[in-house]
Amino acid sequence: MSARSRALRWAIPLAVVPVLALLAYGFRTDPRDIPSPLVGKPAATFALTTFDGEPVSLDALRGKVVVVNFWASWCIPACYDEAPSLERAWQAYRDRGVALVGINIQDKEEPARRFLDRFGHTFPNAPDPAGRVSVDYGVYGVPETFFIDRQGRVRFKHVGAVTDEILTEQIDRLLAEPA
Amino acid sequence: MSRALVRALLLVGTLAAASPLASATVDENTVHEIGAQLRCVVCQSLSVADSPSETANQMRGIIRERLAAGDSPEQVKAYFVEKYGLWILLAPPREGFNLLVWVVPFAGLAAGLVLVILLMRRWTRRPAGASTEPAPDDAMRARIRREMAEREP
Amino acid sequence: MTPELGYALTVGALVLAVYGAGAAGLSGFRDRPDLRLSSERAAIGVWVLITACMLLLIYAFLTFDFSVRYVANNTNRGTPFYYRITALWGALEGSIILWAWMLSLYTLILVGRYRRTQPQLYPWALAVMLGIASFFLLVMTVPAPPFERLSPIPADGRGLNPLLEDSGMITHPVALYLGFTGFTVPFAFAMAALIVGRTGDEWITITRRWTIVAWYFLSLGLLIGGWWSYHVLGWGGYWAWDPVENAAFMPWLTATAFLHSVMIQERRRMLKLWNLTLIILTFSLTLFGTFLTRSGIIGSVHAFTQGSIGIFFLVFLAVVMLGAFSLLAWRLERLRARSELDSILSRESAFLLNNLFLVAAAFTVFFGTVFPLLSEAVKGQKVSVGAPFFNLVNIPIFLALIFLMGVGPLIAWRRASAENLRRNFLLPVAIGVVGAALCRAFGVGNLLVLLCMGLVAFVAATIALDFWRAARARRRTGDGWLDATWGLALRQNRRYGGFVVHLGILVIALGVAGSQAWSTQTEATINRGETVELAGYTIRFDDLQPVEESNHFKVVGTFSVSDHRGRPYTVLTPAKKFYPQEQTPIAAVDYRLGFVEDLYLVLGDFARDGSHATIKIQINRMVSWLWIGGFILTLGAALAIGPEPRRTAARPRPDHAVVA
Repeated sequence: MSARSRALRWAIPLAVVPVLALLAYGFRTDPRDIPSPLVGKPAATFALTTFDGEPVSLDALRGKVVVVNFWASWCIPACYDEAPSLERAWQAYRDRGVALVGINIQDKEEPARRFLDRFGHTFPNAPDPAGRVSVDYGVYGVPETFFIDRQGRVRFKHVGAVTDEILTEQIDRLLAEPA
Repeated sequence: MSRALVRALLLVGTLAAASPLASATVDENTVHEIGAQLRCVVCQSLSVADSPSETANQMRGIIRERLAAGDSPEQVKAYFVEKYGLWILLAPPREGFNLLVWVVPFAGLAAGLVLVILLMRRWTRRPAGASTEPAPDDAMRARIRREMAEREP
Repeated sequence: MTPELGYALTVGALVLAVYGAGAAGLSGFRDRPDLRLSSERAAIGVWVLITACMLLLIYAFLTFDFSVRYVANNTNRGTPFYYRITALWGALEGSIILWAWMLSLYTLILVGRYRRTQPQLYPWALAVMLGIASFFLLVMTVPAPPFERLSPIPADGRGLNPLLEDSGMITHPVALYLGFTGFTVPFAFAMAALIVGRTGDEWITITRRWTIVAWYFLSLGLLIGGWWSYHVLGWGGYWAWDPVENAAFMPWLTATAFLHSVMIQERRRMLKLWNLTLIILTFSLTLFGTFLTRSGIIGSVHAFTQGSIGIFFLVFLAVVMLGAFSLLAWRLERLRARSELDSILSRESAFLLNNLFLVAAAFTVFFGTVFPLLSEAVKGQKVSVGAPFFNLVNIPIFLALIFLMGVGPLIAWRRASAENLRRNFLLPVAIGVVGAALCRAFGVGNLLVLLCMGLVAFVAATIALDFWRAARARRRTGDGWLDATWGLALRQNRRYGGFVVHLGILVIALGVAGSQAWSTQTEATINRGETVELAGYTIRFDDLQPVEESNHFKVVGTFSVSDHRGRPYTVLTPAKKFYPQEQTPIAAVDYRLGFVEDLYLVLGDFARDGSHATIKIQINRMVSWLWIGGFILTLGAALAIGPEPRRTAARPRPDHAVVA
């Protein structure tokens, strides 16, 4: 056998290396973590009615930093984990030009109200009956939290339970920007 | 006149109660076609048309609404891509890097076909002097014996 | 007590397997019969210990032993008895035990069958089998131990994933794994052949039956998976091109290619290198399948979990592929044979093309499955590759394969004369054209469907023609038609088993084409008492009732269906099931199966007071043909695997001239 084919034969096992490398790369990615194309774009408006019967709309909140949180009562345990953080953030920032809106998706009224009672949320929460707002925000799971700046642009999206640290970090960042 | 009005009101009332199919003018087949090209975001591999999940139900409702409002199917798809990214399409658009996924399989098949044809041609070329009827080798002899045995009643 | 005992058994099995692999390899290297015997005992020990693990786990399930984390995660006190047993393979850890158990069982069979008959290849094959078993036992010991203790012991378990509470759950993983693990044996013998240097036809002849059996179980597993998807998952489809479905389909494709190309090697001594490559690819693809299911790198409805287990599988896959292909490269000279083809119009060519198309299909499925990863690695962009892609690219390939199914079995070996072609194909081609024309006349407009129907008619005609001719020849000896056909099938069972399998595939192809082309569906929200119409059926919403079950709560809708003449046809009761451990409700569909069409109803949203409900109605046509085709496939495989009939005369009779 010629020297050339003697060397070339080792190309056979080496040929599988790129495929294995690609699969190994797969460990660094998370198929569920999809970057939102909405970051940097104007946030979609919405006009809903809260569980208390009050209207809430994004347009009315223009000029404030708005945090929109999508949740559901069946979203265990993440929505339950983040609920106290949201209420705490509301209490801390409500007088500083920050608005917090909770949007309840794919839920029934009773379990949703029970959820709100359990955590004593004082910020507006509204159901999204046909899912229009959740699709407008590209929501693919719960919970998801959007941070909207004073000009009405989506600046950050957090997927999964949000923590006090993330809330304060993002809200402070957006508050620091000029109106 | 008043009876027609009553009837119209009843019709509107029934249709309103029958949400999310609020408009009777949208062709369900179109909804299904568009839905078949969109990925259900909570199901991993099913399309919005197929998935029984609540999210897919709502997305189909939104497709209906947009079609009823006058959007073309392309515009409806573009709306979803705008909100979710390219990932929401069940097959990537045929442009840029994504063209690869459409081209490579066919190119691979073509290349394989060329390879097989070349091999077949090489293998049908006979070395000079070889007889046209090769002497039966062991495999051939065994086969002949086998077939002779099979022909027996 | 149970967790610790189970863990000890697992570690014991692992130690024995590693020892056995080493001893077997050494015995092959140095011809040490004592080591060989020792490794055989180790193999028996491995099987005994893994069986003990399984029985222990089943016992834990049956006695509600929630001190074992696996039991607590997969059952609760409400889980019905039989599901508590099948929950054994309902999640990751248990599936590994099942795989390891099957491997150890196959190893035992290998020991029993080949220890005396294959002294050269057998020790290495045993070493490879035990080595692979060691890996799975290692996974059972380190990243995915089924006997992890849960402390404190919960009062009740989480419960089985409700989608798995189904007869398909009992059979689908078992069949699939029997298929996957079955390919380990031909692979082991292929490796043994390469190591020992006996790269002739031996390893193929030895493992022929294993290959067919493994192929059959893989086909069965895929079909049962389709059936399960169809009647449980609530979307009315049987195949979604989900990454893990693809991962099971790819080895099936390469295994089918392998099944066919070994026939060329048997007859013509060609393609040795190619056959070794195919079996390495097939086995690697089975590992790739388990890697995908367990690593979470590509999201899938099947994915069990994420975690370090993926790394274990990837490293093992790398070791197997690099090792096997290195062995191949090392022995390359012995595999170079002078290949000869008499004519491009021959059965050899048909088989070559068959291989080309099957491997092309496998490559297509592979590329589409990993393309999202590639896109992210290169462009940083996440894309999806789903059904529209796979359907588009694979349809031409499958049509070509159907055509080859008709050509291959009848075209002559070596060189097909014009006479041979005319005799075998003129009539079937005519029937194919007539078939397509008939379909056109009956209103089928889609060109692809027409082509498919024509090809199916062509292939069916070739099969019928061969049967008829051969049976007619046998009848000359006085048998009746039935006896002749039956005797023929038994006599040349490989050939006619293959024909019946092809017939099964044809029926499946018909089912797939018909269901894709002719099914229809609609969705509607109706009030109680109102009706919806589709394809001649009238469906009336009658009632909505809540029902309590042992481990879930469900809302059942009642719908009366009448046919196009207004006569009552059936009552369907689709439901929505609410399990406490699940976040969203699970749809329970109801359906009526038919020969030509299935009526399929899914309950969507509904008002709490039952005043209105949204339902999705599907008329799925020709889907039953998939299951019928699967049944025919089973018959064919059983026929092909059967023992070959004893030859009455082993020596050539002197009064018959040898035909050149």
